[in-house]
Amino acid sequence: MSTRTALPPQETADADQPAAAPQPPVPRRPPLRYRLRRDWPLLLMTTPAVGLLVVFHYIPVLGNVIAFQDYSPWTGIRGSPFVGFAEFQTMFSDPYFWDAVVNTLTITTFQLIFYFPIPIALALLLNSLLSPRIRMLIQAVVYLPHFFSWVLVITLFQQMLGGAGLLSQVMRQYGADGLNIMTNPDTFIFLVTAQSVWKDAGWGAIIFLAALSTVDQTQYEAAAVDGAGRWRRLWHITLPSLRPVIVLLLILRLGEALTVGFEQFILQRDAVGWEAAEVLDTYVYYEGIVSSNWSYAAAAGLFKGVVGLILVLIANRVAHALGEQGVYQRA
Amino acid sequence: MPDTVAATAIPTRRRKSRRPVWEEPPTRIGQMSKGVILTLIVLAVVFPLWVVVITSLSTQEAINRAGGLVVIPTDVSLQAYREIFSGGVVTRAVMVSLGVTAIGTAFSLTVTVMAAYGLSRPGSLLHRPLLFTVLLTFLFVPGLIPTYLLVSSLGLIDSYAALILPTAVSAFNLVVMRSFFMGIPSELIDSARIDGAGEFRILTRIVLPLSKAVTAVVGMFYAVGYWNAFFNALLYLHDNRKWPLQMVLRTYVLDAQHMPGVGASADADIVGGAVPTLAIRMAVVVIAILPVLAIYPFVQRHFTKGVIIGAIKG
Repeated sequence: MSTRTALPPQETADADQPAAAPQPPVPRRPPLRYRLRRDWPLLLMTTPAVGLLVVFHYIPVLGNVIAFQDYSPWTGIRGSPFVGFAEFQTMFSDPYFWDAVVNTLTITTFQLIFYFPIPIALALLLNSLLSPRIRMLIQAVVYLPHFFSWVLVITLFQQMLGGAGLLSQVMRQYGADGLNIMTNPDTFIFLVTAQSVWKDAGWGAIIFLAALSTVDQTQYEAAAVDGAGRWRRLWHITLPSLRPVIVLLLILRLGEALTVGFEQFILQRDAVGWEAAEVLDTYVYYEGIVSSNWSYAAAAGLFKGVVGLILVLIANRVAHALGEQGVYQRA
Repeated sequence: MPDTVAATAIPTRRRKSRRPVWEEPPTRIGQMSKGVILTLIVLAVVFPLWVVVITSLSTQEAINRAGGLVVIPTDVSLQAYREIFSGGVVTRAVMVSLGVTAIGTAFSLTVTVMAAYGLSRPGSLLHRPLLFTVLLTFLFVPGLIPTYLLVSSLGLIDSYAALILPTAVSAFNLVVMRSFFMGIPSELIDSARIDGAGEFRILTRIVLPLSKAVTAVVGMFYAVGYWNAFFNALLYLHDNRKWPLQMVLRTYVLDAQHMPGVGASADADIVGGAVPTLAIRMAVVVIAILPVLAIYPFVQRHFTKGVIIGAIKG
């Protein structure tokens, strides 16, 4: 989540206003031929990356047309007949699809409440440490799990909490029954949230720590002189300074309301059963890749993408209305 | 905390308190609960890793005595590692993962650095449409099914290129690098150009040496991404002899089964035709962690500098 959430807010802004470029505004643009001769190496350097993005990002976006077709790999996109919204109609009347949607929304809402505040709290805690040495050490430790793969994280959880894991092992030694948290559908939502916290909460704190480091320290001094205690300084100085970042991350989070850790759920779906672990992404995977219902799965994927896009746009509007900067400047 | 750096400059007899004078002294309960919470957090990360490493280094007797995972080391043996590196599935998967990671990282980093530099000069030809093309990818997610169909129609199924090309360029990394490059004083670049240096020379001789931190961080993001890639392999590699380590980790360790479809001899090499022992499974986990742990200390100190400056400047 964090790598995508740290999307820089001012990038699009400066794309809109090239006048903010370092060089002073030139009254007249140099002629095209001159610019081509001057800039062709830059164009050449940009081409491979943009080309890869076009091929592996834009073309698949266009490939979503198969959601409106009765696609078959034998006839291809050009040979497959268009069927309009038939796939969507089937999808909306499929109870399994709605199960997946409900599961996804339940899990993301749950994580918004129980995951989202933890990086903020962690950042505040780390920021209050006075010894830079200890702080660096703890930061190094808590960032680390972000760089582990989901397979690894789930394996570690399994070894600690699973039926043959350390917890059960210790419980059995004391005469109790072992318990298998990894396969219990009722507690699955707590399990996946705990996994996300373990993996990414430390890394998520990095962005709040950066925001905290830009707070003017004299504000705290002035507030302290005026008699504001520790908690009032937290409430009136620290938290307001974090507000833009929190709003930004909430917007991005809302755009991902239908997205949960894909690998995390694929890996555990068999262990806990689909009733608890089927989310939209796994639904698309099983319908499409496993069952070869290409058009149907593409329709479900497209539904997810479009809803996500609409949610981001709405959230950004709301943020602007509340006077925050949001993700981008102009809709 | 401005005084923390200054304190190291002049050796004073007593270490000055880092606490600003206006701040109230910490309460004992506050300090203690803070210490307890931080200790628990650190333990939550370190303890599972410790258990896994110790178990992988234990003999079968020690594991039997402990009834499973070993917390306190008793008999240390490298038997598990010797077995998995005697050739066979894990050895091959490690080679695949190392190869994909090395080639993929080099490729991704080259392409990203070049594009980041190419897009770092507002006002150049096609600057705005190209930048817009990159930024727009943040809004649209291409979707799993069309991506899969594209990769398969390009004939990349069961090829290692399928593990690299679809995720070769991260728009996020590109944007982070670009904003770092844009922070380099343009006088430096202009003077090099007046001296007759071409763009490639400016990039390799001036811009890159000034951008070691961000290059290290972005390089690590890519490398870790390739090393950890599991889903790409699940999607595109149907031939399990080509599997990278994460797939092997999932099959052997998470699901604790044989590798299906692999010849009996390869199986026998490692697991003797049975489910792999706990020590062997934990050794595979350690091997999956090891490269990340090995590069982590070198890159970790750049995180705040490299990432944050690029990501949320201002």
